[in-house]
Amino acid sequence: MRAFAELYAALDATNKTSEKVEALAGYFRHAPPRDAAWAVYFLTGRRLKRLLESAKLWQWATEESGLPAWLVGECYDAVGDTAETIALLLPEGAGGAEGSLSEWVETRLLPLRDLGDAERRQILLDAWRRMDHRQRFVWNKLITGAFRVGVSQNLVTRAIAEVSGVEENAIAHRLMGDWEPTEEFAARLLSRDTRDAGVSRPYPFCLAHPYEGDLAELGPPAGWLIEWKWDGIRCQLIRRGWQTFLWSRGEELITERFPEIAGLGGLLGEGTVIDGEVTAWRGGAPLPFAQLQRRIGRKTLSARILAEAPAALIAYDLLECEGRDVRERPLEWRRARLAELVERVAAPERLILSPPAPAASWEQAALLRREARARGVEGFMLKRLGSPYRVGRKRGDWWKWKIEPYAVDCVLIYAQRGSGRRASLYTDYTFGVWDGGQLVPFAKAYSGLDDAEIRRVDAFVRRNTLERFGPVRTVKPELVFELAFEGIQESTRHKSGIAVRFPRIARWRTDKKPEEADTLETVRALLGHGPSGPGEP
Amino acid sequence: MITLTDRGLYCEAGDFFIDPWGPAGCAVITHAHADHARDGSGLYVTSREGAGVLAARLLPGAVIDPLAYGEVRVRKGVRISLHPAGHILGSAQVRVEHQGEVWVVSGDYKVEADATCAAFEPLRCHTFVTESTFGLPVYRWPRQQEVFGEIDAWWRGNQAKGKASVLFAYALGKAQRVLAGLRPDTGPVYLHGAVARMTALYRDAGVPLPPAAWAGTEAEARREDMARALVLAPPSAAGTPWLRRFGNLSTGFASGWMRIRGTRRRQAVDRGFVLSDHADWPGLLSAIRETGAETVWVTHGYRAPLVRWLTEQGLRARAVDARFEGETAESAPEEAAP
Ligand SMILES: [Zn+2]
Ligand SMILES: [Zn+2]
Repeated sequence: MRAFAELYAALDATNKTSEKVEALAGYFRHAPPRDAAWAVYFLTGRRLKRLLESAKLWQWATEESGLPAWLVGECYDAVGDTAETIALLLPEGAGGAEGSLSEWVETRLLPLRDLGDAERRQILLDAWRRMDHRQRFVWNKLITGAFRVGVSQNLVTRAIAEVSGVEENAIAHRLMGDWEPTEEFAARLLSRDTRDAGVSRPYPFCLAHPYEGDLAELGPPAGWLIEWKWDGIRCQLIRRGWQTFLWSRGEELITERFPEIAGLGGLLGEGTVIDGEVTAWRGGAPLPFAQLQRRIGRKTLSARILAEAPAALIAYDLLECEGRDVRERPLEWRRARLAELVERVAAPERLILSPPAPAASWEQAALLRREARARGVEGFMLKRLGSPYRVGRKRGDWWKWKIEPYAVDCVLIYAQRGSGRRASLYTDYTFGVWDGGQLVPFAKAYSGLDDAEIRRVDAFVRRNTLERFGPVRTVKPELVFELAFEGIQESTRHKSGIAVRFPRIARWRTDKKPEEADTLETVRALLGHGPSGPGEP
Repeated sequence: MITLTDRGLYCEAGDFFIDPWGPAGCAVITHAHADHARDGSGLYVTSREGAGVLAARLLPGAVIDPLAYGEVRVRKGVRISLHPAGHILGSAQVRVEHQGEVWVVSGDYKVEADATCAAFEPLRCHTFVTESTFGLPVYRWPRQQEVFGEIDAWWRGNQAKGKASVLFAYALGKAQRVLAGLRPDTGPVYLHGAVARMTALYRDAGVPLPPAAWAGTEAEARREDMARALVLAPPSAAGTPWLRRFGNLSTGFASGWMRIRGTRRRQAVDRGFVLSDHADWPGLLSAIRETGAETVWVTHGYRAPLVRWLTEQGLRARAVDARFEGETAESAPEEAAP
């Protein structure tokens, strides 16, 4: 536990990728396999769920501190993080946390789920009394399940690749999908034998950076595959061992949510993996994203929903073909195999080959991009011909070139505290637009301001709170922000009657008075430009 | 005997202010930090140890009446004396006695020992005016030897990687305390101009400090040893082009606020060192207890929680506004700070 807490401190102490990888590699080099497995488990953001209600955690910490509850509350208000507040409140522990990470997790943490309160309390007090505040912080984080250290799966992958001498792709593959943090897993993870891909395991997704430069710098468009960027759920459809798996980019297995796509599995050859976008689709065109959301939101799918929001997979790429990993083959080769496959399956409303955009020049592409909204897409993907299918977000071969976002000026009306690094600041905002002399909540946004601006807004919120509802503060309607967002739809679940996608703060309009913010009417006028529904291009 | 006016704490019987917020006739100054010492008063009473630093921080020509610690000045029958507060060089608690009633105004203080200033002296009084910069139980300081050890380990680690170590610390007080705690054989130490000026005043006052050169001249002349050096700079130098001269570097910040992870990360420094010139929560409580005071005024910081806590302990406590907040978690205004 001590070594793991030290690793956490080392990761927390630097923003430099190379130093983080070095700290991780140093840990994995010396950690016993079981510890390494658990460390990977936590570092890649997996969590032990439902160990303990946070009310109990607070109750026992408060008792142990000997302080009144209100004062503990004040401390939380200043620190903004449960695990950290409790770690700092209690006097330094005497003994330190001897014993391995896996011991602590397996003999103390996991049993918390099933033990009675008296025993759970004893486990916590014993741990707190032994640990110093750094160890206690990490321990509390494991309990609350909010273990974040600014380490991406990518960095963990790099560190393990460095320690094991196995290439990153293979490690990344081993880390995907379902696995248990056991000794065997650790052995497999570090193994030099790379013929191990589990049957259900997806490949790491290749992701794109937004393109902001001059397109001419990319060279002639003939060197690129220009595709529409569809607005759905990025997925991998896997057919292996006579079974079918549909994985989302968020590494969720969603096969059962999309029976019509799962049904395609039987039509694919053994050992096939397709990268594509699941969208709601009918009559040769995408339905609005909200239709797809109806499919994600529920456990059981009624015949009605299946009929109203049928799903299709728009196929982008072929990663595995006849049981062979073909990611290193050039893009054109993979596209050609994919086209053959789509044709063979012949399910035109279910499996669609992502159509290239008809643009012979960048000028023409720019013109087409203006139509993107009407087509129900988010812009373009630019993929360099000849390129392999890479792991993660790498610059150079893949770019996303999105349409200009919508923009609306609105007024800050509610604020809530952020999480992680910003846990003690008010960083989560709700914005309103005018409707008949009143501000109606219109969108929430969490990002877009720099640190200095966030501090200024935070100070404003604290000084101008009108009301508090739990963690939410109503503030004086005074600050105006320009919000940018990607899509807009009618919604019965929102007070304003409107839902927007990916809202973010474009800039702080310090030059505008709240009266000058936009009205609901002007916002509704944007609705006309949205995806136009079935039947149209 | 002392009231809060629109210019700060005022003793009517003796006709003087303590750390007034603006020009006053007679100003008794606890210490030279900008949130306590403002320009424009007719006469400044301050400790003899602190007189040099105060003169340097005020406009030229200020009239300063230096008082030895413990020495009594009588103004209109009111006995005024200054006693070490342990905060920075020359920092003082102000003891005011009139017709048998005793008040002590702490200014900023810490109870932990500090090689660069006289140790905090507990005083008995009827009313104690205390600061509360770190008045929450999450603020507990590690032992300073431990922190100096961490700084040294960080410095050596940077040397091994060929990086300069730039440590941000408030130019008046903190920087000199850190300097005194560094291990001189680890490597050369350089100072930012603002730190160098204050350090010279400390040396003038006879505080023993290890050698350290102004980064302005020598750093450029002897660039080859920068990768082994530790540079002390005010927090305001963070993120400025001034840092470029040191090449590849690692940054650290020495402050009590570094106790909280969120504040540490928002400062965007590589390392935070928990080192404060203010009392932590146990320090505040023990200092208040030792005064024996039945009435406590709380200023400067986490006033409300400390007032409520003291009230629940059976004391009469009230919050007193401060016009100029000192060190806050979010602003790290350079010298003006602590
Ligand atoms: Zn102060
Ligand atoms: Zn001060």
